[in-house]
Amino acid sequence: MATENVALAAGAEGGTLVTPDTQQQTSQVNVVNDFSIQIATVNGSGSQSANSVLLKSIFRMGVPVSGKNLFPSNIAGLPTWYTIRASKDGYVARKKEIDILIAMNPETAKEDMHSLPSGAAAIYEESADLRQFRDDVACYPVPFDKLTAAVCPEAKLRKLVKNMIYVGVAAQILKMDMTAVEAALRKQFARKVKAADLNWAAVQAGYDYASTTFTKNDPFVLEAMNSTEGKIIIDGNAAAALGCIFAGCTVAMWYPITPSSSLVENFIDLAKRYRIEEDGKATFAVVQAEDELAAIGAVLGAGWAGARAMTATSGPGISLMAEFTGLGYYAELPGVIFDVQRTGPSTGMPTRNQQCDLLSVAFLSHGDTKHVMLIPGSVKECYEMAMAAFDLAEQLQTPVFVMSDLDLGMNNWMSEPFTYPDKPLNRGKVLSAEDLTRLGGFARYKDVDGDGIGYRTLPGTDHPLAAYFTRGTGHNEKAQYSERPDDYYNNMERLSKKFETARSLVPRPEVVQTGKSKIGLIAFGTSDFATLECRDQLNKEYGLDTDYLRLRAYPFSREVHEFVASHERVYVIEQNRDAQMLSLLKLDLQAEEIVKLRSIRHFNGLPIDARSVTDDLVTQEGI
Amino acid sequence: MATTPVTSTPIDAPKPAAKTNRIGLQVLDYRGGKTTLCAGCGHNAISERIIDAFYEMGVQPERVMKLSGIGCSSKSPAYFMSRSHSFNSVHGRMPSVATGALLANRTMKALGVSGDGDTASIGIGQFIHLMRRNIPIIYIIEDNGVYGLTKGQFSATADIGSKLKTGVVNDLPPIDTCALAIQLGATFVGRSFSGDKKQLLAMLKAAIAHNGTVVLDVISPCVTFNDHEGSTKSYKYMQEHEEAISEVGFVPHFQEIDVEYDPGTTINVEMHDGSHLRLRKLHEDFDPTDRVAAVSALMTAHSQEEVLTGIFYVDTKKPSFTEMLNLVDEPLGTLPDERVRPSRAVLDDVMHRLM
Ligand SMILES: Cc1ncc(C[n+]2csc(CCOP(=O)(O)OP(=O)(O)O)c2C)c(N)n1
Ligand code: SF4
Ligand SMILES: [Mg+2]
Repeated sequence: MATENVALAAGAEGGTLVTPDTQQQTSQVNVVNDFSIQIATVNGSGSQSANSVLLKSIFRMGVPVSGKNLFPSNIAGLPTWYTIRASKDGYVARKKEIDILIAMNPETAKEDMHSLPSGAAAIYEESADLRQFRDDVACYPVPFDKLTAAVCPEAKLRKLVKNMIYVGVAAQILKMDMTAVEAALRKQFARKVKAADLNWAAVQAGYDYASTTFTKNDPFVLEAMNSTEGKIIIDGNAAAALGCIFAGCTVAMWYPITPSSSLVENFIDLAKRYRIEEDGKATFAVVQAEDELAAIGAVLGAGWAGARAMTATSGPGISLMAEFTGLGYYAELPGVIFDVQRTGPSTGMPTRNQQCDLLSVAFLSHGDTKHVMLIPGSVKECYEMAMAAFDLAEQLQTPVFVMSDLDLGMNNWMSEPFTYPDKPLNRGKVLSAEDLTRLGGFARYKDVDGDGIGYRTLPGTDHPLAAYFTRGTGHNEKAQYSERPDDYYNNMERLSKKFETARSLVPRPEVVQTGKSKIGLIAFGTSDFATLECRDQLNKEYGLDTDYLRLRAYPFSREVHEFVASHERVYVIEQNRDAQMLSLLKLDLQAEEIVKLRSIRHFNGLPIDARSVTDDLVTQEGI
Repeated sequence: MATTPVTSTPIDAPKPAAKTNRIGLQVLDYRGGKTTLCAGCGHNAISERIIDAFYEMGVQPERVMKLSGIGCSSKSPAYFMSRSHSFNSVHGRMPSVATGALLANRTMKALGVSGDGDTASIGIGQFIHLMRRNIPIIYIIEDNGVYGLTKGQFSATADIGSKLKTGVVNDLPPIDTCALAIQLGATFVGRSFSGDKKQLLAMLKAAIAHNGTVVLDVISPCVTFNDHEGSTKSYKYMQEHEEAISEVGFVPHFQEIDVEYDPGTTINVEMHDGSHLRLRKLHEDFDPTDRVAAVSALMTAHSQEEVLTGIFYVDTKKPSFTEMLNLVDEPLGTLPDERVRPSRAVLDDVMHRLM
């Protein structure tokens, strides 16, 4: 979308070259509210606040905006990039092309510069002299240290304050509304007035320097819109934590792992604020476990004893939870596990995005196991599906996984405000002492209602017939020890039936279908953003209409079959190497449906972008 | 036919009243399913003592949850107290299940049953963290020095030099779970022998009165795989090598304290629930509040090839984990919606701050 070919003002190699206004107007078409900014820094340099102020300033100008942190598995000293995309059309996927570079990392500056398309702009430290590498990029060199020293007498704060200078420079070059910038900054530093003043002085210094030094030499500008009014900005982990709070989650046991840690940390903050009673006592317990084996064990123990319990983890933690998850499936214990997916093992690219645990989670553990997965595709769904997960886990008496990912979980996203749940908590089939008196007892694993789900009792139920013995398989309907073939067989068949029940209870896919297109697209989670944009690209650039189904859960519901059946070719778009979702679909679909499936995969550690999907699809279509 | 009156069985002749405990239950109410363990297995004797202890203490069985790992020992909760919920979980990881269950419902009494393999090998990590947190649970290690259920391989509590039936000799030192427990924060630590009815019963009753992690390592011979000559966990070896550090007496809170004791020879410990533990010293420097002395006594016993039994360490002051968390009084798991789901105003407030 964004890079309309823009000719640079003739002879202008850099912003310092004064170009008459008239010439600028004739040679450049402004690109308004439709570009990406990439800030290249070193991690540990404290650029988060500055990046956040920049993002939120754009948001305050009413322009749809999204931000992504592309960071290494390291605390300080390695390259980090933050990308901000402003999009008047509301596209929020990563934009493949970078339009404005803020090069704060000398190590990567040359490479960063080379990665820019022609016609881009670059803000950088004066001494780096990046202009020598590109004469087709608008250059804005800034003496950062000098400007910083002037506004920040305290030497040890300069490293942080320096970042605010680029906010000011960018604001000036992009013609931003400075009242929006100031408001965003003051909100960022909320109660810390001194810090706010110091940082605001730095923003102004950058702004003033730019306005007195540069003549605008690139086409990118921001203009106020009103597309963000009433919207919120939040990351997926915070949204999921909020969902846990409103789901009435009472027990959380976890072991820190990027990118899931902030989910539980947010839960702790929120719970301390909203879940402490007047007498100072807590209606929640959060325990940092010794490992993920313990985290899942505690979740299942708590679920068994009646609590809404959760843990959050990522791939390596999922692997450790495998055995217990199998027990949870067979012993029929509720529990919610957030898998904020990332790229593979710990000694790899653990801070990069992927949707790569689908197969391992769907069948996690030994024996015949299959698990319910909810797949949020927005921060709002992180909130809603967190709540749904607790209801489903208790309704179905089984572990339920929420499959988020790093991109969704750790990045800031714009959203409609979340809505208050309109239904009470669904605590599933639990018998009280009174029920037991009325019924004269119960059989824990009997399918009374024909949905494969038995009735359970909780420890502490004050009735002599309440207790039962919990173990994996090897029990009859009454939870008595049994190795009889018919008992095992019948129990396993009932568990299958329960999974069929899950099919009708999980969130339905979202379908956009005109009935005219032969091509269907299937995506899910964070692949949705690129897919939406890709559909517009296909339509505008190739005149190709596509239908779209966004999966929101496993097991798949009826709509998925119908969608595949009604198209000639169906592209499954996902962020992993092995076409994991496509494999899951294959297990469910009929042979004549399977042959229709095509695969588009993105797995280089960067969040998927629309251009790559479009190019791949066009190639496969032979267009 | 002549109507010969049936010999007199009066219809409502009073049966001899069944013995009941202080809450009106019979010992039958504390029984479980029929054991499937080998006849003579030490684990069965421990199950019997658990039944006696809970019966005699008058604990409502519905207020107890039984948790176990995997092994012959971990199967045994099926053979006592059927009126208590029970969870036979995964190998070595009952501590985490118990932790979660207690977080969900801290009003329950938790009884954990494990084996030496379950605890000292695969489960050592969770065992350590259970103790470090002082989770309120009675954690019994039914210790036979082998993996019974997988047919007799050595476990990590097997003594150095101990011999399997096949002649294989163990040449690694044992983990002393009691020494570990004392060091790591368990607040009631003792060792007993499945064959020592009196001592084990008194220790179990005191354990029920305690609030915090109780670790009881109970030597429990495996008659099938580790009860032969050359084993250091056999009945015979125990009869010859058991050495009690103190004589354990217990006066429950609901009984009058009528026995005088001599403070010179007996240590009196007031328990959490008002019960009294009376430990008559059999070793001169015995002091159950001194961790260093306790570990030292254990080490000395090892070097003298004695199996030291009794209560080694008690701390009745340290708060248990569930107390430390400052939770509401009722079980978290069954709090009503309105106490766990904040109001609409709260959501509005959060949303407003995100705009
Ligand atoms: C993950 C896992 N590994 C191995 C086993 C096999 N296994 C079952 S019981 C057991 C050892 C039990 O020994 P112990 O805890 O001493 O109990 P005992 O049978 O001696 O009472 C083993 C290794 C298992 N169940 N799970
Ligand atoms: S094998 Fe050993 S531990 Fe297992 S039941 Fe038999 S005697 Fe007991
Ligand atoms: Mg054993």
